[in-house]
Amino acid sequence: MNVLSRSKTIKVDYLARVEGEGALFIKIKNNELEYCKLKIFEPPRFFEAFLQGRSFKEAPDITARICGICPIAYIMSSIHAMERILGLQIGGQLRELRRLVYCGEWIESHVLHVFMLHAPDFLGYQDAIQLAGDKPELVKMALRLKKAGNELVRLLGGREIHPINIKVGGFYKVPEKADFASLLEELKWAKDASIEAVNVAKSLECPDFNQNYEFVALHHPDEYPFNEGKLISNTGLDIDIKEYEDHFEEIHIEHSNALQSIHKGHGNYFVGPMARYNLNYDQLSDLTKQVAVDIGYDRQVTNPFQSIVVRSLETVYAIDEAIRIIENYEKPDKPAVEYEIKPGIGWGSTEAPRGILYHRYEIDEKGIIKTAKIVPPTAQNQGRIEEDLSNFIPQFLSLNDEDLTWKCEQAVRNYDPCISCATHFLKLEIERI
Amino acid sequence: MNRSILIIGVGNPYRCDDSAGLSVLKLLHKYNLNNVHLMERSGEGSDIMEIWKEHNFVIIVDAVQSNAKPGTIHRIDALQNEVPTDFFHYSTHAFGMAEAVEMARMLDELPAHLLIYGIEGKLFKIGKDISPEVQEAIETVINEILEKIKEIQMQELEHA
Repeated sequence: MNVLSRSKTIKVDYLARVEGEGALFIKIKNNELEYCKLKIFEPPRFFEAFLQGRSFKEAPDITARICGICPIAYIMSSIHAMERILGLQIGGQLRELRRLVYCGEWIESHVLHVFMLHAPDFLGYQDAIQLAGDKPELVKMALRLKKAGNELVRLLGGREIHPINIKVGGFYKVPEKADFASLLEELKWAKDASIEAVNVAKSLECPDFNQNYEFVALHHPDEYPFNEGKLISNTGLDIDIKEYEDHFEEIHIEHSNALQSIHKGHGNYFVGPMARYNLNYDQLSDLTKQVAVDIGYDRQVTNPFQSIVVRSLETVYAIDEAIRIIENYEKPDKPAVEYEIKPGIGWGSTEAPRGILYHRYEIDEKGIIKTAKIVPPTAQNQGRIEEDLSNFIPQFLSLNDEDLTWKCEQAVRNYDPCISCATHFLKLEIERI
Repeated sequence: MNRSILIIGVGNPYRCDDSAGLSVLKLLHKYNLNNVHLMERSGEGSDIMEIWKEHNFVIIVDAVQSNAKPGTIHRIDALQNEVPTDFFHYSTHAFGMAEAVEMARMLDELPAHLLIYGIEGKLFKIGKDISPEVQEAIETVINEILEKIKEIQMQELEHA
């Protein structure tokens, strides 16, 4: 057998909707890993250009379209950047409502990922449909949990998909306290269900794969981070978000359409639930910490396969935080604060379910956007994902292609790479009449 | 159970032909149809499963990319035929419409009537252009849906 015939390339499409736009390429030569390349598609480049010439008020609604799963993150990062230009500080109940809608997005996104996508890998099911066949009650519980998140986003965002009720300065309309009544009861059910979900996640058999990471996340002294905080890391980074581009840069990678972010002088870094958990454990609610203690969980998690447990713990937190906010809610006098337009540059970074989402805008005296920059969490994790897979795959090279592909898919899902912002079509190869 | 008809348009408005389902919905709005609910969705599956629960008659319109000729209209009666989820086997992120239909079938949560229109797209790049073939298919689908609505409502009257 010559060398060529012994080399093989495995392609793992993690984006079924768009062939070739999102994929993991693994090349094995002479039974050794030659390379592992992640190719992701990244629409923000288009949106950065599309936003130029638009009013600053349009940025939240336009950028919300980038992702069908995390529109709140895009809305919030753009709003915070604009409010920084305008010198606005949003406090009181309006600030609380912003945290509340973010709780909804985390619940939706985390539950979807944990149960519909990741748990089937660990349990040996082809997909969530098979899981539903064997464990219908578990899947029904997950769908009901996710629905509680949808309801929060619908109530505050105006609708579940592409919310339209959130704007620079606050909201178009704010709910009455009574509007939360039935949802509050559902969230109380969801709290117990989410604790059960943590136990399910913890029971999953997990490969031993601890890595040495630089974790980067927002940090606020008084709260687990959604909207605000400094940007910190476990290697000593501690900056205002204004300094983001002084410390991080995006580099072109030949095999990917997306830009890959690196921490200057450090290299790859890791954002998302594990980074938040490791850097903000003290800010979790007492209930979440207790659940973590009850399952014997460490304050530091360095195995990415454990991210499924961390996502479940963050779901407990988001539900607990939502209940706290709703119970203390009093309808604000005005749905938004007033402001005057002024030119300038503003920065915003919020914690999307997958990690920090950075926005920067420059607007003129009429509020027209001159420049826009958007760095999504998956672009920040991309280099780290490749590095992890390069470390993970060599131990499984003796597996057949099907089993190896399975392992790789499970591994890629640890990072919940966001590709939902691509097209949404049904891939079909047969016609049915 | 709500006897009204639910029509779900799925797509991304910034991915050219991918927005076909949304265009159908937008045009249907102009007809001010009685007892017909129109909903726009991004295509996340569990969300679709949730919104059709309360409806007896559900029609979904989405864009499709297969090897068929652009503008081809795929019609699937989901109660009669499986939506081929094997094409989604490699997906690790998406829990899309096909998965939603098959999971609902597994959990016995499908609506009584579920018809899916898939419009074969050509352009899926970023942008807002819709190719002429897809535009033509959009109009055909609208006419078929209007006919279908009439048919359903006539049947309802007969059974009333």
